Amino acid sequence: MRPRLWLVSLCLLISVPLCAATPDMPRFRWENFTVANGLPDNHVYCVLVDGNRVWVGTENGLAVLEDGKWKVFTTADGLVHRAVLSLALDKRSGDLWVGTMGGLSRVSAGRIDSFNQLNSGLSNDVVYGVALQDEYVWTATAAGASRLNTRTGQWSLFNERNTPMYEIWTYNVTVGPDKVYYAVWGGGVLEYDLKTQGWKDYNDPDGETEIVLFKDQGLIHEITTSVSYVDKILWVATYFGDSRYDGRNWHNFLTKDSGLPSNFTNQVRAIDANRAWFSTDKGLAFYDGTNWAVYRPALDSGKPEMYVRDDQGNVTPVAVDSAPAHNYILGVDFQGDDIWVATAKGLSHGIRQK
Amino acid sequence: MMARRDNVAGRSFGSGVFGRWFPSVVLAVIVGAFAIGLRATPESEQPKYLSPGEMAISPDGGLLYVVCERANQLLVVDLRSGETKSAGTDAAQVLKRIDVGSVPRGVALSEDGERVYVTNSWDDTVSVIDTKTLQVVQTLATGAEPTGVVIDRERLTIYTANRLGNDISVIDLASGQERKRLMAGRGASYLTLSPDGKRLYCTHVYPRIASNRVGNTGSGRVPPQSEITVVDTTRQMVVDRISLENVAGVFHVAFLGDGKLGVAAQLRPKNLIPMAHVEHGWVFGNSLALFGSEFDGVAQLPLDELDRYFAMPFDVAITPDMSKLYVSMAGSGSITVISVPKLVAFSRRAPKNAANDLSASANYVVARIPVGLNPRGLRLSPDGGHLYVANRMDDNISVIDTHADEVVATIDLGGRKDYDALRRGERLFHNAQYSFQGQFSCGNCHIDATFDGLEWDLEPDGFGKDIVDNRSLEDLSGTEPFKWNGGNPNMATECGPRTEKFIYRSQSFDSKELADLVTYVLALPMRPNRFRLPGGELTPAQEHGKAIFERVAYKDGRPIPRENQCGFCHSGPKYTNTKLADVGSGKPTDRSPMIDVPHLTNVVYSPPYLHDGSARSLEEIWTVFNPKDTHGVTNDLTKDELNDLIEYLRTL
Repeated sequence: MRPRLWLVSLCLLISVPLCAATPDMPRFRWENFTVANGLPDNHVYCVLVDGNRVWVGTENGLAVLEDGKWKVFTTADGLVHRAVLSLALDKRSGDLWVGTMGGLSRVSAGRIDSFNQLNSGLSNDVVYGVALQDEYVWTATAAGASRLNTRTGQWSLFNERNTPMYEIWTYNVTVGPDKVYYAVWGGGVLEYDLKTQGWKDYNDPDGETEIVLFKDQGLIHEITTSVSYVDKILWVATYFGDSRYDGRNWHNFLTKDSGLPSNFTNQVRAIDANRAWFSTDKGLAFYDGTNWAVYRPALDSGKPEMYVRDDQGNVTPVAVDSAPAHNYILGVDFQGDDIWVATAKGLSHGIRQK
Repeated sequence: MMARRDNVAGRSFGSGVFGRWFPSVVLAVIVGAFAIGLRATPESEQPKYLSPGEMAISPDGGLLYVVCERANQLLVVDLRSGETKSAGTDAAQVLKRIDVGSVPRGVALSEDGERVYVTNSWDDTVSVIDTKTLQVVQTLATGAEPTGVVIDRERLTIYTANRLGNDISVIDLASGQERKRLMAGRGASYLTLSPDGKRLYCTHVYPRIASNRVGNTGSGRVPPQSEITVVDTTRQMVVDRISLENVAGVFHVAFLGDGKLGVAAQLRPKNLIPMAHVEHGWVFGNSLALFGSEFDGVAQLPLDELDRYFAMPFDVAITPDMSKLYVSMAGSGSITVISVPKLVAFSRRAPKNAANDLSASANYVVARIPVGLNPRGLRLSPDGGHLYVANRMDDNISVIDTHADEVVATIDLGGRKDYDALRRGERLFHNAQYSFQGQFSCGNCHIDATFDGLEWDLEPDGFGKDIVDNRSLEDLSGTEPFKWNGGNPNMATECGPRTEKFIYRSQSFDSKELADLVTYVLALPMRPNRFRLPGGELTPAQEHGKAIFERVAYKDGRPIPRENQCGFCHSGPKYTNTKLADVGSGKPTDRSPMIDVPHLTNVVYSPPYLHDGSARSLEEIWTVFNPKDTHGVTNDLTKDELNDLIEYLRTL
């Protein structure tokens, strides 16, 4: 029996690593941009890819990278405010909508038109989020939601007076084919049905407590920062974990039982019903529906770091020689297989390796 | 050279203009009105006034399609039958009069000649006409007030420039549906395809609303600026905006056959200095903008001469051999002929400010051809041998031999021949020959009888005093007095002594002419308001806004003093009590804070607002310029309530 036991042991030793093989998660070579190579400011709030152009919202202007060259738009060019918080592209017209700390700007073939709470019906000058739905421009502002009909010029405001919005600090907005979702900072999620034109709210069943009493029974927390709606699946980022909602069931993600590097999440961007990117204060995370990958400068040494967490909770480091510019991630966008990442200290281009 | 009315600046102004004009003008207006109302022959039996404007020509050059704005028709003119005629007139050349929609303006012909597209500017539609049956076969919906129209080379898409929408409709011909709208500039009106069909160029009759006016001081006035919006017809996206500095109204564009040079007809107003300086230099520079791959930026060159002006350049045509360029001078009744090689050569060596040097035109203008009154659309025959000119106020077409550069025939379109007071007034309105050196007509500042989107320093009260925003002429009857300070008690005063003394700087109109002009101006109708629902009912937001407009109490229940309720000043059918009021909008540069209460009908279409145009939007009237609730009570409103109030105002 001893030889056979040895053989079994040997097989087990061989098979365990095979069973626990690192999941094949996307790998990138990171190129970083800062003021040293063209950015107007290192504090990058948002990034948006438009074909070969990459638009970047920074604390000190809007920048676009095209053909390897940066062009910067400031208030001197007509931008309504220097701090650019959000971006949305009208794919039909090519116009870019820019949410700033001082209003909303529209960039169209180099011309910038601006809207603020004094010269237009915009509800508030702090525009955290902007999204396009046909001819409508939806904005998330510090005083509720606004919708501009670009054909008629009519502004419609949505706030505590005409929606279930008990907190009016709207932080992010996303548009799907049938729904518009708002992340309301301290007020959960609001859903607008384009067909019925009715509003519905989703809230944390625990209320505003930061203790998760009922995991997967609802939204993870009221302090929501970002929503993403793809394939009729709603993903929600909060400062206390993230949520996925399929219309019937909620599934929540916390650091303690997922590969999230932090519960403090600035943005979630879904790829499809099962895959999403999470921008956290401790790195960028990718979830493929089963496994997680995290990309960041290591929190202690600052050295490039990538690790993968499988569905069993096994964490495997992956050798890399580059990383995003900073581990405080604010947002991402995609350019084919590549990814562009807004961080607190620069813009990062993740060039897909495999 | 063209026959023209002599300059009348040398005549004495006289001190008794009121005494000389008033009784006869008033009498003439009354008689004119009776003459219109009591005409023996019913209107329906009379030939119509036509007002031909834009034209298209068939690929073989045999047919001319003429849009007639006043008649709401497209006329099909057989040019072949006219070849045998000399300078005679023959309405029989009109093969067909096709009824289209209201106030048609633009026309485009498919490259195969099978379809004609006509914009109906007051209906927000395009009529599609089969050129075999000469019937309207389809009507397509567009944006607000479609004016120019083009069809792409592939015959898949038409584009319309929407003047009130400030945008371009992209309409899929297969489905008949509007695919999208592209943001253009203010008063988007005319469209031109590049010779290769890959680019579409849109021009605008109004300048941009200045975005850099700061605060409520009225300071920060800046020269006007317009743009040529460039659309990539493959991607159907705006890809460029060619900025035109010191430019307000821009009309048609034409290209050299090789596409390297584009030429736009435009107005350069000097609205920042008192207009009383008419006799010291031009007020409107009638000019061309040259752009394209041949140029670094835009070159602007004058069409005027040092002491003679050619008002309202409208359409541009370039011969196929690229030798000559023709410009219709709508206010001057003439066609300017330009040598293209000379123009290009001069533009390359011209200084940056060449547009201000009126002597420059001698370097490239080779002829001025007198035609009819208010020439608008131009079309060259396919071989370039003939130029057709639509004389809008004469209801005929001048045919110019482009080798001799002279009119060789005139095609009568069969319009009504006797001119009633309205038509006589309209003819005066568009005729620049009454102003000093023929500089401009009423139509310069009131483009197509609306406004020009500019603020003017009109009178000799000193530089920067009493800056006033130009007002639209729609629906003015019953809104007297006129001027922002209410200084003119009636239209006869507004159009008579004031125009003579402060604007035209000439003796201007005699009493009969003035009566006709007044009749015409007071009869100008209101454009359809696009913000009212078809049945006239109000949306919930508009209904709420109406309640705010009509409220008599603050939100906390305190009564609002009657004189500070919206409906006190803005009362009656046109929302004016015709009185003066101080609403706190006066500026240090104003001689008096008392302002004529403006009527509000179609107020949505005429930003900027307040007497000096200092409010760029309706919102700014209250968010910026009403800190003490002196212009109605608005400071207790929430933002969404103010939005609702504005939604209601947009329906008036």
